[in-house]
Amino acid sequence: MCGVCGCGKGETRMEADQAGHEAGHDHADHDHAHHDHAHHHHGEHQDTLRDDPARRAHLVSVEQDILGKNNALAAHNREHFNSHSVLALNLVSSPGAGKTSLLVATLQQLLPGATVAVIEGDQETSADADRIRATGAPAIQVNTGRGCHLDAAMIDEAFHRLHCQDGILFIENVGNLVCPAAFDLGEAHKVVIASVTEGEDKPLKYPNMFAASSLMLVSKVDLLPHLDFDVELLIANARRVNPSIAVIKVSATTGEGIDRWLRWIGAARDMAVASA
Amino acid sequence: MHEVALCNSLVEIICEQQRQRGFQRVRRVIVEVGVLGHVDPHALDFAFEVEARDSPAEGAELEIREIEGRAWCMDCSKLETIARRGDACPDCGGFTLIVEQGEELRLKELEVI
Repeated sequence: MCGVCGCGKGETRMEADQAGHEAGHDHADHDHAHHDHAHHHHGEHQDTLRDDPARRAHLVSVEQDILGKNNALAAHNREHFNSHSVLALNLVSSPGAGKTSLLVATLQQLLPGATVAVIEGDQETSADADRIRATGAPAIQVNTGRGCHLDAAMIDEAFHRLHCQDGILFIENVGNLVCPAAFDLGEAHKVVIASVTEGEDKPLKYPNMFAASSLMLVSKVDLLPHLDFDVELLIANARRVNPSIAVIKVSATTGEGIDRWLRWIGAARDMAVASA
Repeated sequence: MHEVALCNSLVEIICEQQRQRGFQRVRRVIVEVGVLGHVDPHALDFAFEVEARDSPAEGAELEIREIEGRAWCMDCSKLETIARRGDACPDCGGFTLIVEQGEELRLKELEVI
């Protein structure tokens, strides 16, 4: 199994982009080597080892972050985004919160003027990338196989294929509120999407994701008249785990709140370019 | 389920350590896990046993040392101890807390022979 992302070795698949590069999740391009577990045979030497004082059990200090390799690659991605004047946003949510619909609505507003690109993460199928490409935006689908999240190495490879410059990169993570919280991709911000068809207690059940996000988009607000859902309680719960999280209520169906979301993106982009 | 991926990274670091230091095998793996982080210690323990197979750490004991959660209460201007994210400040009951400690995930030491 792949050491960084937990995908089965060679199981992650990246589709070819429209320029015709070969598909495949070729880890060999970068520092993401699959470890080979050396198998050691014990047995006849064990008695002599036990008798040798230099070979007795002892503690060695390591002091290494277990996510260190992913974090180093994420830092590399961050530098890459900065040098290309690209704002990278990592969109996270549970399955079915409306990430792709919201992204399609966003791209339809942005595309006349802005340069955009999309990396789509899903366990299987290229259905989401197909929906994105129908808007005219370039998109690459990463299928993680058994893996439950995108990691920095996958983003490194996908970004190289997208050739994005002076624009906005949307990374739609695998629908999962647990694992993607652990893996920094090099994004400027995580944006968590919580729909009003979920429970108000989502931020308390999955606090790490809400704590790691800069913005919460409350999606599907057009459905509120038909639901017994307390938006203010959802927001209060999100602020219990992240006092500084920004909140925008949106609907991909009616377009409500999309203008505010676009202004937030604009401000985030200006900040990213200014600090690059 | 990302604990499987984390244990893979852990075993990868152990293999690197073996190449650098030349020990035979690992008997105990000591990791620090913050209680406010994203790791479930039981899932980590289970995943480690599986992922360590055919590695220098096969059969090794995984010792998980929990690091308590500490957060600044911005209303009290004090560093407080909290058990989990979303808990209130034990002094004022407020939620304006900035986490200072408790998100660690670190390979601390190896007991090797």
